[in-house]
Order: sequence, then structure tokens, then C-alpha cells
Amino acid sequence: MERFKGRGLRETLDWPLIICYLVLVFVGWINIYASVQSAEPSTIFDLGTRSGKQLIWIVTAFALAVLILFVLNPRIYESLSLPVYLATLALLVAVIFLGVEVKGSRSWFEFGPVRFQPAEISKISTSLMLATVMSQYGYRLANARNFILTAAIILVPMAIIVAQSETGSALVYVGFIFMLYREGLSGWLLFMIGVAILLFILTLTVSPYMSVLVLMAIVSLCNSVYPGRMKRWLAVVLPVLVVLAALPFGLDKLGTALELGEDSFIYRIRLEYVLAAAGLCAVPFYAVKAFRERNTFLWMSIAAFIAGLVLVFSVDFIFHDVLQDHQRKRIEVLLGLKDDPTGVGYNVNQSMIAIGSGGFLGKGFLKGTQTTYGFVPEQSTDFIFCTIGEEWGFVGSAFVILVYAFLIWRVIHDAERSRESFTRIYGYCVASCVFMHLFINIGMTIGIMPVIGIPLPFVSYGGSSLWAFTVMLFIFIALVRHERRYFG
Amino acid sequence: MKLDRSNKLKIGLAVAVAIILTKLFVIQIVDESYKIDASNNSMVYSIVYPPRGIIDDRNGRILVGNKIAYDLLVTPKEVEEFDTLALCQALDVPVSFVREKMEGYHRDRRRIGYQSVVMLKQMTPEQYMKFAEIAYKFPGFRGQARSIREYPYNAGGNLLGYVSEVDADFLKRHEGYTVGDYAGKTGIEATCEEYLKGEKGYNIYLRNSHNKIEGRYRDGEMDKEAVPGKDITTTIDAELQHYGQMLMQNKVGSLVAIEPATGEILTLVSSPGIDVDMLADIGSHYNEILSNPYKPMFNRAVQSAYPPGSVFKLVNGLIGLQEGVFTPGTEYPCNMGYHFGNSKLGCHAHRSPLNFEESIMMSCNAYYCYVLRGILENGKYGSVAEALDVWNAYVKSFGFGKKLGSDFPSELGGNIPDSKYYDKVYGKGRWKATNVISLSIGQGEIGCTPLHLANLCATIANRGYYYIPHLIRDSRDVAIDGKYKERQYTMVDTAYFPEVIEGMYRAVNSGYGSGGTATVAAVEGLDICGKTGTAQNPRGDDNSVFICFAPKDNPKIAVAAYVENGSFGARWAAPLASLLVEKYLSGEISEDRKALEQRILEGNLLDKVKTD
Repeated sequence: MERFKGRGLRETLDWPLIICYLVLVFVGWINIYASVQSAEPSTIFDLGTRSGKQLIWIVTAFALAVLILFVLNPRIYESLSLPVYLATLALLVAVIFLGVEVKGSRSWFEFGPVRFQPAEISKISTSLMLATVMSQYGYRLANARNFILTAAIILVPMAIIVAQSETGSALVYVGFIFMLYREGLSGWLLFMIGVAILLFILTLTVSPYMSVLVLMAIVSLCNSVYPGRMKRWLAVVLPVLVVLAALPFGLDKLGTALELGEDSFIYRIRLEYVLAAAGLCAVPFYAVKAFRERNTFLWMSIAAFIAGLVLVFSVDFIFHDVLQDHQRKRIEVLLGLKDDPTGVGYNVNQSMIAIGSGGFLGKGFLKGTQTTYGFVPEQSTDFIFCTIGEEWGFVGSAFVILVYAFLIWRVIHDAERSRESFTRIYGYCVASCVFMHLFINIGMTIGIMPVIGIPLPFVSYGGSSLWAFTVMLFIFIALVRHERRYFG
Repeated sequence: MKLDRSNKLKIGLAVAVAIILTKLFVIQIVDESYKIDASNNSMVYSIVYPPRGIIDDRNGRILVGNKIAYDLLVTPKEVEEFDTLALCQALDVPVSFVREKMEGYHRDRRRIGYQSVVMLKQMTPEQYMKFAEIAYKFPGFRGQARSIREYPYNAGGNLLGYVSEVDADFLKRHEGYTVGDYAGKTGIEATCEEYLKGEKGYNIYLRNSHNKIEGRYRDGEMDKEAVPGKDITTTIDAELQHYGQMLMQNKVGSLVAIEPATGEILTLVSSPGIDVDMLADIGSHYNEILSNPYKPMFNRAVQSAYPPGSVFKLVNGLIGLQEGVFTPGTEYPCNMGYHFGNSKLGCHAHRSPLNFEESIMMSCNAYYCYVLRGILENGKYGSVAEALDVWNAYVKSFGFGKKLGSDFPSELGGNIPDSKYYDKVYGKGRWKATNVISLSIGQGEIGCTPLHLANLCATIANRGYYYIPHLIRDSRDVAIDGKYKERQYTMVDTAYFPEVIEGMYRAVNSGYGSGGTATVAAVEGLDICGKTGTAQNPRGDDNSVFICFAPKDNPKIAVAAYVENGSFGARWAAPLASLLVEKYLSGEISEDRKALEQRILEGNLLDKVKTD
């Protein structure tokens, strides 16, 4: 009698995911070749060039994938997650002291010709750790102790990575919030983060006054939607806000009409402070109301309003004193606050020219002029998408993006179907990380995100990144396979 | 479909992807301005080199300006068959030059790829115009304007330094430069490189398949403007610097003038120096400069350590007064020198005994042997060694024996010996004051630069403090370090300085025959105070040394002159320094001193200097 061995490879392996993976790796490889070949014409297999080296990384990454799928028992991840997590933290700290300095940040270990970045591993170990902790019996995100533990698991490696001056890599950890949202984190938190970013941008691009006004609008609107008083809000509050919005312009006109001097008191009124003070005066009134009605939502709104004000008035401080020079410049360039006299936007300009010049069908493989002449910096690593955009056009770049979208969608899909919360949570972590990398990296090359140097998963040149994403994805595929094998 | 959180996230994903795709659609398809059509038109990057900052003198005269020159660039991949002879005629170069270059490019074609390389550097505008008229015949060749240095005034060659193309070694050590850039290599050009260099820009042009520039890419929207370098104002007085160079011609040595009230260097001559004509085209003169036996690149004023000679007596006298080993009234005898044991430190003939002022006026050696012995054998200190280290600290407080910290590169610190040094030479405890007695007259193990001496003179002129000598002034674009505005006091009380000044005044203004050593430097009405020095030089005639400042009250200028192999201080250095002072204060040389000026201008001491 034949022993039951579970179902075969064809049914248990998630082939769509694996095909997506292979497509992306292949796209990366040929585009790395395209981006370096003009400088020193050679074949794609030449081990002296980046395309040849990437081939080595790809082959070894496949070996890792096979190891994960067929040799390691997927059960070990749960028990190994804590030691692996702690070891990664130790590595992250050690690299600050022992690592080599690359472009101003100490985040690489160097062993002879091989360099690797512990921050890449830490994404995997943090995901495993989160999955382990959050799949524990009796875990509830709403429980304060559990919540703090979860936050700490994410924030500790993030803080260490910031200390390495790798702010970009740390930003990826923000993506875990999507996973937390799926696991029950209040949607208001996501909403508030969105509003905070909006206020930050508004304060820098328009004015703090407008920012305060928008904050008031949002808070009052939220309080009107819930109890269903939308009509009153539209009839009373909105017109007032519109009038207030026109106030600075009106004052300016008034000043001109009266022919007041530059330093007249009219110009010296800081309207944003007046408005904020007026808002704060209203706070006690609403507090009494909230107390009487036992309205928790109103309480939260008051707190959020005050927090929002603090944010608006500290934007200047954060922007000029907390952010480092190069980070500030990148944001200024992105928001169009400054033209680009010192060439900070050079990379972005060049990359947008390269992608834009690709047109609908692209210039064809190895025909790109912008990327092959060396105008785009870092073109085989962080700016690899430029080569894709230039040589393969809108069709090619859209294809690559859709492959990513499908991969992320498929990971979420598999995660949802899983019976084990460990697999589900881990899956969401994988999806979040890939999404963050995708959005930040491509967003940077097409000018909708500031310049943040993180690689495009599976595609960018570099062993460290390719290995890390391969391991990350294939652990998930192995977990899914394990389940399908026995639970079908 | 149920709108659970999983689906909300999927919708979010779809929205994000839609944003990216929309933006891609816009830049790749909608926005024509990013487009370059399929006939393989491409963009040409033309680098715009910024003009370097201008270097002015203290009165706003331009010391270093800019003029336009053209480099001829070649893009070998674009070169077609052309009329070599016509090109060579236009460029005014031999045919072999172009042939060799083209062969070289062919050899290196892999490395060069689509890049442009410089074929000919720094053509004059006239030369370039000849080429530009027929440039259409030579695809792949084009000119690139860049500004090069121009020197309207022949003043301060060594001081200004030169600019040249960066080499591999420079690129390794400095960030932000690429091949083909120019950078200051010596002098002010090097120290102020950061201000002077400006920022490169570029223009992007569109080129069609016939190699013709069709226009600006996106109307220049993506161009980067070059930012001109910032201007520098120096403390140099161009007129005076030029005159100083004239005086020092055909002599080896230095002439340094400082404004005591600010520490600003008015003049800094190192002779023989580099002519500004050579600076402008340093490349073709480089071998000539290197083979010159008098080493014109070597800036003696700040890089050469000499014994100061008798000038140093002023320092010893001040230390002795402060330490209380004698008073200005103290008289010491001199019997053609100072006798100790069986030895003697000789002196010239003058009356005896002398008090302090007279000892300065007549530069008596014996007097300072007594003074130094008094300092070193002072009962206050346990040993001569300890006393010597106290002396060392005093001397260093005058700026000697260390880098003054001026803004000039490669300043030399010089040397002031301490007890450790003599312990090494003689053995610990096996030396006495008499072993080091030559320190009293500025001989022996003392090494100082002419800048140190000028600084000493400024210190005395200020009655006890100096400002760190410097070359760069505050200006609109550039603020100098605060340290240049702080008074540096010596360890000697300011009360002792007037005695010294009186002695220096008498040395110059006592009239011929009085015994004053520097009467040759006297100029009526200028109240010059000075001190001569004659420093032994093991390689030939003594060096002639002189420091002076004027006027006596509220001094405007302090000068140090050091002439190698010029014998007595009064012979070359004193006239030199006094002429410089006179030029600065009166604007011209008075009639009765014209003959002296003539003698100095024509004097040639080069033969006396051993150059091996």
C-alpha cells in the first residue's frame, strides 16, 4: 500500500506566485545588463559585470528557495522566530560599529568581496516575530499590553536602522501598519496618519493658516457625519470656512487699498495663531458637551484637534531641525518648494526624462540613450525602473507594475485563505514590505515620492536585497504549501 | 463582495497602482516634452563652467580676474571623414598633432564610448573664431567656453597661487570634482578654493540625426545654471606688493609687511618668485619653474626657517625685564664681546658700558649674554633647564616656534629649543647657560620664518599684542574666522614695550656717527623704529635682517626684510624695508633717497647664493 504523502507539487505549490517571482527576477537581470552594457560592451554572462554577478545571485537565490521549500520544515519558523529576531537586532547594532561606511550610512557588513545589509534580514525576522506573537492564543490587539509588545517589535529595529542613517529602509516598517489594520487596528489610526501627512504638506506648500483651517474642517466634518448632521455642516460650517479661507487674501487687498507700508500691523498679524487660539477657546465648551453626553468620539476629536495643532506649529521645527539637510532638500524638491539650484533634483529629473522618453512602446532592448549614457545615477540599483521605462515604454513598465500588483494581491489572497493565523499574519507582512518598496521606489523614479534609496524587490542589482526578498517570499510559499498538503 | 478589511486593503492597493500607472501614462504618453522621437534623436549635455571668484586687493584693485578661453571637444563616435589639413590650419597646430590624437581616440574607443574628450585646451577667442567659422565641416568637433585666470597686475605670484586641471591624485582626495575641472593648487587659489570655485551647471540641447543642435530641451527647464564663484578680498596692497617685488628682484629672501592694528598682511614677497604671466599658463612653464635653481615655487616668507639674528635681542630683552633680571637702567660692560671661561662671543666696536636702550640702538652682543644668563640662572627656578623652559614659553607667546595660524597654506612652525632638546644633545644636566649663550643674539637652534619676524615687529608696534597675520578680509560673500579678530597678548607686560621702542627709534634716528646701527633707514618725518640683524649663514655671507615699523606712535605698517647672503642688516635689509615703509606712508620716495632706491633696485646678490 502506498503511504499517503500529501498532495503533489502541482497542487500544493502556489505556481502563480512563483511565476511572478521568476518573471520579476528575469526582468531585473536583463535590465541590469541593459543599464551597464554600454559603458563596457560585454555579454550578459560576463562575470566581471553586474549582469554576470546578478546571475550568480539569482542562481544562489534559487538554491535558497529550493532549500526553503523542500528541506526546511515550515514548523521551525514559529519556534525559531525569537532567537532569529534577537540575533538580527544584535547584528543591526553591531553594524553601526563594525560595518563599512557606504554613502554616509553605516549599514553594511563587508566580507571580502561580499557585502550584506542586516536591515534586509531584519524585515524577515521582524515579520516572523510579529506572526509568532500575534498568532498566540488569546492575543488581542486591543489589549494594551499586547499592543505595546507589538509596537515594540516593530519600533526597536526601526529605531536602530534610523540610527544607521538608513531612514529609507526604516520607512518600510511603516508598512506593517497595513498588516495591523487587517488584524484589527482601528481604521481611525490610518485616517489620522493620512491627515497628519496632509497637514504637513499643506503647511509647507500653502500656509500654516490653511493647514489649521483644514484641520478644523476635518474634525468638524467627522463629528457631523457620525450623528448625521451633515446638512447643518454644509449649511453653516462650510460657508464660514470658505470665508475664512479667503481672509488672508482679503487682508492683503485691504493693505494695498489703504496703501499701508510693508511693516504695517495688518501684515504682521499671524492669522494662523489667531485661528488656532479661537479654536482652542472653543475646546472647553466642547469638552463640557462631551462630558455631559458621555461622547467618547467627541473627546477623541478634541484630543486629535489639539494634536493636529501641535503638529502644524511644529512642522517648521521638524522640517528644519529634525530632518537632515539632504532629506529636507529632497522633500523641498518633491513639493516644488524650491527649484533645483544645487542639483538635488538632478536624479529625479534625469530619471523622469529617461522614463518619459520611453513613450508607449519604448526604445527597445539596449537602445536606451539616457540610461546607457550614464546620466541616471544608480541605474542598476535604486533607479533600475528608469531602464525599464525607457527601453520598454509604458507597456513594459505597466506590465512590471501589474506583475507586482498581482503578486501582492495573490499573497493577500493566500493569506486570507489560510487556516493558521501565523501564515495569514506573515503573509500580510510580506505583502506590506513588497508594497512599500514598490511604491517608494517607483514613486521616487517618477517624481511622486522624495528620493529614498531603497531597492526594487527582485529586480534591483544586489545580492543582499535579492536573497532577502527571495527568502521572505518563499517562506510564505512554503507555509502555504505545508497547509495545502495536509488540509487541501 | 463583502467590504471587509482585507478587501479594503486590496482596494487601497488598486488605488496606489492606479496612481503610479496614471503618472507613468502622463510622463510617457501625454506629456510630449519628455519625448524624443524614434529617429534616435538625443540630448547633448553641455557643461557650463562657472567663472571663478575674483580676487581683489585691499583697495578694490583686481589681482586675479577672468577671461574667456575655449576648449576643443571631440566626440570620436560622431566624427566623420574630414579635411585634416583645413582643421589644422584653423587650429594652428601641426598635422601630426591631430593625427596622433585621432589615433589615440581610436585605440581608446571602448573607454571613450559616446563621451566627448578634450582635444585642445585654452584656445584664445581669436583662435576659436577661426575654427568656429568652418566648424560645420567637422561633425563631432565643438568648442566649449570656459573662463580662465587673468592677472591685470603683476603682484603676488606666489601668494595668489595657480589654478590647473585636477589630476587623478586630486580627484581621489577631494569630493565633487570630475575630470576636466579646474582647481586652485597653491596659495590663495587653494585656500579659498571652496569660495572661488562656484558650481558647475549644464545646458541640455536636442540634437537631430544629422548631428545638428535643434534647440533647448524643454526650453531649458531642466538646465542647471552655473553658480559663479564668490569673490575674495585680500589684505594685500597691490601697489606695495608690486613695489616690494621690484625691490627684491635679483635677491633671495623675503619681504613681509603687516598692518599692526589688524594683522592684515599688506605685502608678502618671496624672491625669486613666480611671475603672474607664468601663473596664467602654468602647464607650459612647469618644467622651467622646476629647473630654476632658486626654487621660485618655494615661498620663503612662510616656509623657510632662518635664524633671526640680532633682531631676536628684542625678545630676550623683554623677557629679561619681565622676569626682573635687570632694569632699563642697568648697564653692562662690553669688551669687544662677552668672555666666559676661555671662550668669547664677539661684538663690534662701540662705547661701553651701555644701558638697555643703547644696547638696542648699537646692537651690543655682550649685553644680551648678560641678560640671557640672568634669565637662565635665575634663582627663582631650580635649574637652568627649568629656566630655559620658562624662556621657551615666553618666546612662544610671541608666536615663534609654532604655526601662527594664518590663512596661508603650508606655513612653517619654525623651532624654539627647550631643555629636552639640549638634554638630548649634551646629556641630561650636562649643559649650562654658557652652552646655549648664542640664543641671546638669535643664533643657534632658533628657526623662524620672515612672517614670524614681521609678526614680532607688529607685536612691538602694538606694544604687546598681535593679531594673527592673515591674507583674506571680510567681504560681502566671505566672512573670516573670528580668531583673526582677537588680540593675542604675549606673556610680557605691555609696560615694558616703550623702552624697546625707544631703543629701536634711536637705532634709526640718531644720525650718522652716533653708533645707531640702522641710520640708513631713517626717513624724515616718518619716525621709523627698527632693529637690524646679521644672521650667520653657514653657506656663505651672513644674512641681512631688518624689522621696522612706522610711525612710532599709532603705527601703520610693520615690516620684516630678510635677504640671504646680504651681509650686515644695514646693508640690504634696512634700506629695503625703509623704502617699502616710505612708499606705503608717503606714496613715493623722496629725492634724497632716490640714490638708495636705485642701488637696491639694481643690486644683484644671486651670485652669492649657493644653489645646490
